[in-house]
Amino acid sequence: MVEYNDLIFEISRQGRVGSSLPESDVDQVNINDKLPKHLIRDLPAELPEVSELQLVRHYTALSNKNHGIDNGFYPLGSCTMKYNPKINEDVARLEGFSRIHPYQPTETVQGALEVLYELQEELAVITGMDAVTLQPSAGAQGEWTGLMMVKAYHKQKGEVRTKVLVPDSAHGTNPASASVAGFETITIPSNEHGLVDIEELKKHVNDQTAALMLTNPNTLGLFEKEIVEIAEVVHEAGGLLYYDGANANAILGKSTPGQMGFDIVHLNLHKTFTTPHGGGGPGAGPVGVKEKLIPFLPVPRVEKVNDVYVLDSNQPLSIGRVKGYYGNFGILLRAYTYIRTMGPEGLRQVSEGAVLHANYLRKKLEPYFEAPYSQICKHEFVLSGSRQKKLGVRTLDMAKRLLDFGYHPPTIYFPLNVEECLMIEPTETESKETLDAFADVMIQIAKEVEENPGVVLDAPHTTVIGRLDEVQAARQPILRYTKEEAVKREPVMS
Amino acid sequence: MTSTYRYLPDTKQDQEEMLAFLNISSIDELFEDIPAEIQLKGDLNIPKAVSEPLLLKKMNQLASKNKNANHYPTFLGAGTYDHYIPSVVDHMISRSEFYTAYTPYQPEISQGELQAIFEFQTMVCELTGMDVANSSMYDGFTSLAEAASLAVASTRRSKVLVSKAVHPESRAILNTVAEGQGYIVEDVNLTDDETSLVKLQGQIDKNTAAVIVQYPNFFGSIEDLAEIKHIADTKGAMLIVSANPLALALLQAPGKLGADIVVGDMQPLGIPMSFGGPHCGYFAVSKKFMRKIPGRIVGQTTDEKGQRGFVLTLQAREQHIRRDKASSNICSNQALNALASAVCMSALGKQGIRQMAQLNIEKADYMAKSLDKKGFPIINKAPFFNEFVVKLPRPVKEVNTKLLEAGIIGGFDLGTDYDLENQMLLAVTEQRTKEEIDQFIEVLEAAVHG
Repeated sequence: MVEYNDLIFEISRQGRVGSSLPESDVDQVNINDKLPKHLIRDLPAELPEVSELQLVRHYTALSNKNHGIDNGFYPLGSCTMKYNPKINEDVARLEGFSRIHPYQPTETVQGALEVLYELQEELAVITGMDAVTLQPSAGAQGEWTGLMMVKAYHKQKGEVRTKVLVPDSAHGTNPASASVAGFETITIPSNEHGLVDIEELKKHVNDQTAALMLTNPNTLGLFEKEIVEIAEVVHEAGGLLYYDGANANAILGKSTPGQMGFDIVHLNLHKTFTTPHGGGGPGAGPVGVKEKLIPFLPVPRVEKVNDVYVLDSNQPLSIGRVKGYYGNFGILLRAYTYIRTMGPEGLRQVSEGAVLHANYLRKKLEPYFEAPYSQICKHEFVLSGSRQKKLGVRTLDMAKRLLDFGYHPPTIYFPLNVEECLMIEPTETESKETLDAFADVMIQIAKEVEENPGVVLDAPHTTVIGRLDEVQAARQPILRYTKEEAVKREPVMS
Repeated sequence: MTSTYRYLPDTKQDQEEMLAFLNISSIDELFEDIPAEIQLKGDLNIPKAVSEPLLLKKMNQLASKNKNANHYPTFLGAGTYDHYIPSVVDHMISRSEFYTAYTPYQPEISQGELQAIFEFQTMVCELTGMDVANSSMYDGFTSLAEAASLAVASTRRSKVLVSKAVHPESRAILNTVAEGQGYIVEDVNLTDDETSLVKLQGQIDKNTAAVIVQYPNFFGSIEDLAEIKHIADTKGAMLIVSANPLALALLQAPGKLGADIVVGDMQPLGIPMSFGGPHCGYFAVSKKFMRKIPGRIVGQTTDEKGQRGFVLTLQAREQHIRRDKASSNICSNQALNALASAVCMSALGKQGIRQMAQLNIEKADYMAKSLDKKGFPIINKAPFFNEFVVKLPRPVKEVNTKLLEAGIIGGFDLGTDYDLENQMLLAVTEQRTKEEIDQFIEVLEAAVHG
């Protein structure tokens, strides 16, 4: 393949155009007659000028430098990189969904509201909650929305509770969301089995406790077996339990956060419910709650009254709005389509497959890497690169070596409580052949570390670019293209 | 043995082989760590699985229950607009190397995404006249609230002033966010269709972190940012501007008028209305706030051979490093929609975006003048872009019902969020033809006189 490294601005030539606008069919307007001079743009925005084919070649070339699930295995722990079904994409693009305005009269968007209402109901069933809001646009926004409801709930009871408890293995967003919602975070250390230490927990639970945030299975891929007791400890002190649904792919149809004793749940539809990650978003992070928290849900709520779907904003105790309109509708549609495709039996098989695959891969790899928690896992597991580190090769190096084989590496250096961590989540949509082939490569890399570490330390060897200087990027940030920067790069024409 | 579900590849034999390798006899054994009392008995009570063809049929039926802009010309705006989206946009974002990728944590196999975002950041800087833009935010409304939080944190002041001519949903979200962070939000009232400069002068004080305005504002009017900047400066408050990126093709860049933070939504440039989401917030700042900006940022660097490449950078600000000390909890962006708007901006190009903005001005101007001629007064005193307010002799809802009967989706009822009875906010984009505008006016005349 011909190497292509140009920026779109570098292929721009004055006078080219890649779109087609209609001629004006009304009178001309001179902006100088309309606006004072200082509010009229003096210099045009320097957007690129390219033909449609140049544009297509440019972005096609860029896409060739990108790895997605459709390109190959993506065992990125805690991210649930499962297959993104094609029907979901087709449905989201139907004109009756993509070309409707959020402020149309509700009688003109009954189909859209029906989807939202049914999705609310079904996610409530799947999580064991009593009601769901679809507004939050990502897991982190779901967490914050949930915590704002926690705050409103205690306030309504006339209590001031300022502390949110978070295990040390939690996702970084948990403490960050607690902080943005105005809480102080208390970190609870895990015990030697990688689970919440109940005795430690008891020391920190008191009348200041607003909530405990928990991921179950946790980020080590382990199920918190004592969850019922944990819930009792927190509830007895008057606190609430928040379920981070990042790992919900392990429990579909097997258990629900509601049964476990949780009061609030968020789900990442871009993980468990197959909506594409899109290179970083858009996602969706619906939040479910138990009955006592329903009055605090964000507005508007989608309701069904006499078989007609309506939007209800008249909720005096609501925390208010958290997101524009009704959430990321296009993403919600994809999740709805997926749930319809799988049904109850299919969703259960999803979790069974995810857990079977994770355990199979875990057992295949354990002889070759340190396994700090060697026991049955759920949908993901962690290994430590500590053995390889002693030989001078770090987890980062092994991750880079995986790139040479066409794999996206696992999540690395997370959770923070595991040294040189590799967190692997194979998902249910990968075949046994893929798992076997990946295991073979991991084993080969472990052998290379012993026999020929240089090949790992110098990896990657086959990618379009080598390891990048991140320190330089942060110290002397270049965050946009400028012509001056480009002139420096270009060879002088003779 | 075949699998029943097309996304699940395991055959009976695959399962048996894996179970044998694990020395267990059934998958249930893998779930024994879930205590029996919290295991689900029986199936989830949701509808049974549907085959692909039947599901497509059902989804088409649901979609057809909605009246869409392909068949019902729409005059709704108020933050979401029906604009031309070049066909090339959807084809490019449908490359699955883009849409099935995660956040580009492994730059060696994510150069496509990273470069596309770097180019997006550049385009946002160009339009806004700011130094630095991030890789995008959830939407324009939440972006504005993040901007207010940034201002409060960096000025160490505890109050923000927000014009009532800022989108009502944006102000609602700002209030929710401020409740969490514990700062005060004060509304600034209007003089006619613009932020009241007199009121602003009266409310601003040494505790004001920022003044927040919209450009053009919710009523379509183009606020004089220079005057607002002048008032903000008197007390050292920051100026936050929420701007429609299409309007910026012709309006002076807020950065040139002294804005410290410019936010907004890229939806007008390449993103379908999609019942309100997903859209794509943008966030741009002047250089001194570079290390305080929320969300992901892509930067240029080099590899060992000196080759140009791109990485996520300035991550020390972010939640996965800072945890509870992070300035924001945001750990994603709307990358795919940022890509859509970058493709759209490239397709339109330097000239095309101006042409499109000009068409919007002309169509809105034509409709406003035509309405005025027919005796429907236009409320805006300030110049407007592609939206304006018309006063009707009848309730907006009544008029909209008549319009709908004629196959037209009417404007936004300002009686809902403002005390503005019988006033309709109309948006006229390049998508509306003279014929459609004329028909709207005919139906309106019949509705009020008939």
